[in-house]
Parts: sequence; structure tokens; C-alpha cells
Amino acid sequence: MATARPRYEPLEHTAEAGIIARGATLAEAFANAAEGMYALQLELDGIEEREEREVALEGESPEALLIDWLLELIFLTDTEGLVFRRFLVEELSETRLRARAWGERFDPERHQAHNVGVKAVTRHLLEIGREDGGYRVQVLFDI
Amino acid sequence: MSWLDILTQIDDYRWELPQDYKSGMRVPALIFADRAMLEQLEGDQAIEQAANVATLPGIVGRSLAMPDIHWGYGFPIGGVAAMRVEDGVVSPGGVGFDINCGTRVITTTLREEDVRPILRELVNQLYRDAPPGMGGKGFLRLNRQELDELMVQGARWMVERGYGDPEDLDVIESHGCLADADPDAVSERARQRGLAQLGTIGSGNHFLEVQVVDQVFDEEAARAFGLDGPGQVVIFFHCGSRGFGHQVCQDYLRVMETAIAKYQIELPDKQLACAPISSPEGKAYLGAMAAGANFAWANRQGITHQIRRALVKVTGRSRDDLGLHLVYDVAHNIAKIERHRLNGREVTVCVHRKGATRAFPAGHPDVPERYRQVGHPVLVPGDMGRYSFLAVGTERAMTETWGSTCHGAGRVRSRGAAKRLLAGVNIAQRMEEQGIIVRAQNPRDLAEEASEAYKDVANVIDILEHAGISRKVARMRPIGVTKG
Repeated sequence: MATARPRYEPLEHTAEAGIIARGATLAEAFANAAEGMYALQLELDGIEEREEREVALEGESPEALLIDWLLELIFLTDTEGLVFRRFLVEELSETRLRARAWGERFDPERHQAHNVGVKAVTRHLLEIGREDGGYRVQVLFDI
Repeated sequence: MSWLDILTQIDDYRWELPQDYKSGMRVPALIFADRAMLEQLEGDQAIEQAANVATLPGIVGRSLAMPDIHWGYGFPIGGVAAMRVEDGVVSPGGVGFDINCGTRVITTTLREEDVRPILRELVNQLYRDAPPGMGGKGFLRLNRQELDELMVQGARWMVERGYGDPEDLDVIESHGCLADADPDAVSERARQRGLAQLGTIGSGNHFLEVQVVDQVFDEEAARAFGLDGPGQVVIFFHCGSRGFGHQVCQDYLRVMETAIAKYQIELPDKQLACAPISSPEGKAYLGAMAAGANFAWANRQGITHQIRRALVKVTGRSRDDLGLHLVYDVAHNIAKIERHRLNGREVTVCVHRKGATRAFPAGHPDVPERYRQVGHPVLVPGDMGRYSFLAVGTERAMTETWGSTCHGAGRVRSRGAAKRLLAGVNIAQRMEEQGIIVRAQNPRDLAEEASEAYKDVANVIDILEHAGISRKVARMRPIGVTKG
């Protein structure tokens, strides 16, 4: 069973920062990777679910979909100032992803940011695989 | 097996990774380090990455690693590689996500004792006017057309609108503008990310520091750079092209993935994806990268304007009285088409500097006239608790490293490892006890950027000086720090 392991944990790297995320399904692992990416950047507890965004993507492989899913969220953070705390990957095939994310605009008065700001998703160390009957994804960010 | 067993020692500061270390290597790799520093690289992927870079088509000379080398993605951070323009490749990974990340130093006429009484106020003002971290808003809101002009003009765009002095452009690498920037090669997404973040410092290892000159090693060069000796206050900051450059890199990594299949380029690591410099993909990337580089120079120019305003406001003195001259602006994530000598012949190469800076020596035509006698300044930030350096390029750098040197201290510990090591230590308080006022978005995260996370930059500089690649000019210690 995958349940004994944390849903996500930091992937240590000398210069950058990454996430190892797990889930009973690949969709769940993708959602947990997104949550982990935000947990690197700020305290999730203070984020309220005031805004909802839908993400729909097509790609040539699960690896490409994982990268694009996380990039879509980074884009929303950079351009709309949104930070998210809850994620639901509703559909995930080899070439398609449909998901929703809930959060709100970043407010330095109420939110506690970390020193890490995720700016890009790298292919270095990228892994998607099976583990203990569930799924494990590993991704390294440029910060 | 240890790297010490694999590498061939050339002298105390040079180690060669032979071409037969790995299949596909077209040239050997050369690592500038001493034995202690090599031992720090055990268990790290950095040297392996230097070997991977040596497999790229068209690479000439050697795949180089500066002493601040550390584990990156694709290229090592602290890596330098030159490719022939005729048949070589350009790799976005050899530039990095943060296109034209770089540093600036600004001198003041202030002495440490002038600043001490107003230091907290000054740090707070700088934190407001040049915001670091998440959610930081820049002082300028551009429309799309203005952004397209800025991508082509770089720092000059800012100066023409009153954000800076015309003389600033003389002391920016490439005058703050790469020619051939191509806005059409830049995606809508990159534009949107850039518009939201112009004029901001960012997070991670980006910083703005108030520093005091505490040692001068080369008086002639120091004088040329506008340093008048120990006790002088200077401003040192580090930032890049923000979301704009990251998006350009991300967009072109995808283009390059298709290109490697099209041009049948075999790579040991996908993150090295590249295309021939002369191909449509290579040209488009270089056009977009130039736009990213110009965005970064404009960004640092805008921040310079904000720093000058903050100093005038907090000190109550005039701009003329304060000096506030730009010493130099140098890029450390960039690819440049340059003329160099190889085996006695002039060659045109695309020099990738990934976490490395240009270090042209005295007499070089690309060195600003006012520094022509001494060489252009090399700005080498250390960590926020110790010191940073000003150095200068040498003739030997031209023959051995394509006129390049290190860009900083280089990390030795991951963020997690630094936090575990310093658990229970209040870094802000420790720094205050050392006389350094720090303002950070989250003071609890300061351990991630503490001195313990970095190599001692003095060792890095000394290795380069002993190896003859750069010469140190002055050392500055921080007294005020702003961080994301």
C-alpha cells in the first residue's frame, strides 16, 4: 500500500528544489505533485479557496502532461498572482489531462511565502513510475 | 570510484577529465578546483554533467567547469562551453532558465558610519522599491508595444525614459543590449509573465545587498572601478529575466526536443536539448534568448533607478552628492557569439556561460573605455553572511576559458540540508549580531541561504587567481540584505 508514505515530500538537490509525490492513481499523484509544488513556495494553511481554475491539456506523453500541468499553474501564479491549495485531476490519459485547482490571490499580509519561487519545470530527474501498488512521480523545479 | 581517481591532475588548480571517460565526448573536460573543492563534489553530478556537455556537436577546446561548479540540470552550474558557429549547436540548457541572470554593483560616496544610523530604514526602503519574493510588484506597468520595444532595446529603453544615466550603458556588458532580439520568436505566455514582473528581484538566491568595501587588493583597478578604499558603501544586487526568460527557455526546450530528432543529435541527457546554431530552430532560440537577455538588462536598469531613488530619499542627500555610479553589469546565464583564438587561428564561436561570467582582460575592444587599461570588472557575489568580490579578467582567461570566470560561491548544501544543519538557529538574529540587517519575506527560511549552504567564495576566487584566470581587486562585506 502506498498510504504509509507522505503524499509528497521534497526532492533534495544542491541548487534547485523538487518534489516526490505519490498517489493510489496517477491522477492523484499529479494532484499531489501540484500541492507539493505550492507547499515548497508558501504555507498552504493560510490559503482560502476563493478562486477556481480549470486546466485542460493535451500532450504526447504522461511526462509532457505532468510538466505542462505544473507549468499551467506557474503561469497562473505569475500572471494572476494566484496561489492554490487543493487540486483535483479529473481526467488523465496518456495524452490528455483535465483538472481543477482552488486557491486565491497571494496576499503578503495573510500568506507566509517561502524563499523558494518555482519558475520552471525541468526534465532533469523527471520520473513517473509504479510503487507499492500506487504511483510515484518525481520532478525538479528551477527556482 | 572517486573523481580523484578518474581525473588527470594538470597542476594544483587544473584537473582534466579525459575524452575517453565517456563515449560520445568530443573534447576533454577541464575543471578548475583544488583538491579540497573536488572532494566537495563527490557524490554530486556536476562533473558528470561537464562530461555530458563535452558530447555536444561542434564543441571546441574543452568543456570547462569553474571552481563554483555545482549540480545543475543538463549543464553544470559554473559551466562554460564554446561551439563553432558553422557546425555547432546552441542549447537553451547551456544558458539556463533565468536568461541573463546577472549582477550589478553601484558605488556611493557614503562611508559605513554615514549609513549605520539609517541602515534599517534604508534596507526597508530598498525592500519596498525593489521588491523581492512572491507577489512583488514592479514600479512600471508596460503595455504590449512597450514590452516589444524593451525586448529589442534592453537597458537603453529604460535610460531613454529617464530610468538611469546614459553613461550607465557604457558599463553594462554588451551595452545592455544584444542585437538580433526577435520579438516574433517570443511567446504570448512569456510576454504575460514578463509584464507582471518587470522591476522585481525574485526569490531563491537573488538578493540586494548594502555592502562595505573591506579590502583592496589591486589599487589601480579599484580606482578605475570607482572604489576609493575600505569603508566605502556600495550596492550589489543579483537578478535576471524573471518569468519572461523562464518561459522563453521552457518554450524552446520543447522546440529543441523536436530538433534533436530532426537533426539526429544524440544526447546523454534530455535537458541538453539543442539545435544547430545555423538552423531555423537555433536562430529562433537565439532571437528569443536575446529578447530575454534584453529584458533582464532592462530589469536591472529599472531596479538601479529604484535603488538610486531609495538612497536619495533615505539619506536626504542629492543624487550628485551620493555618486551612485554603476561600476558594471555582468551576465552569468547567457550564450554569446564571440571571436576568439583557437590554436593560433581566429574563430567565431557561440560561448555558453551557464553560471559563469565574461572576464575580458585589459586592452580587449569589448572592455569599456574607462576600464580598458585594467580589464572589465568581474562581480562575484559570495553568501549573505560573509563577503563578495570584485575581480578582473586576464589574458590567460582569453586563451583558456574563452574569457570567462566564475559567477559566485556555488552551493554545497541543498535547502533541506542547510535547514537541518541550522535547526534552532535564528539566522536573522545571528546576522544582526554580526552587524548585518536582513529583511526577508520569510525570516524562518534564511537558513536555506546562510553561509553554511555555500562554498567560501574566497576559496573560489583564490583558485582562479592561482590558476591565472582572474585577479581579485576588492572584497566587500554585507551590512544590509534584502531577500525573497
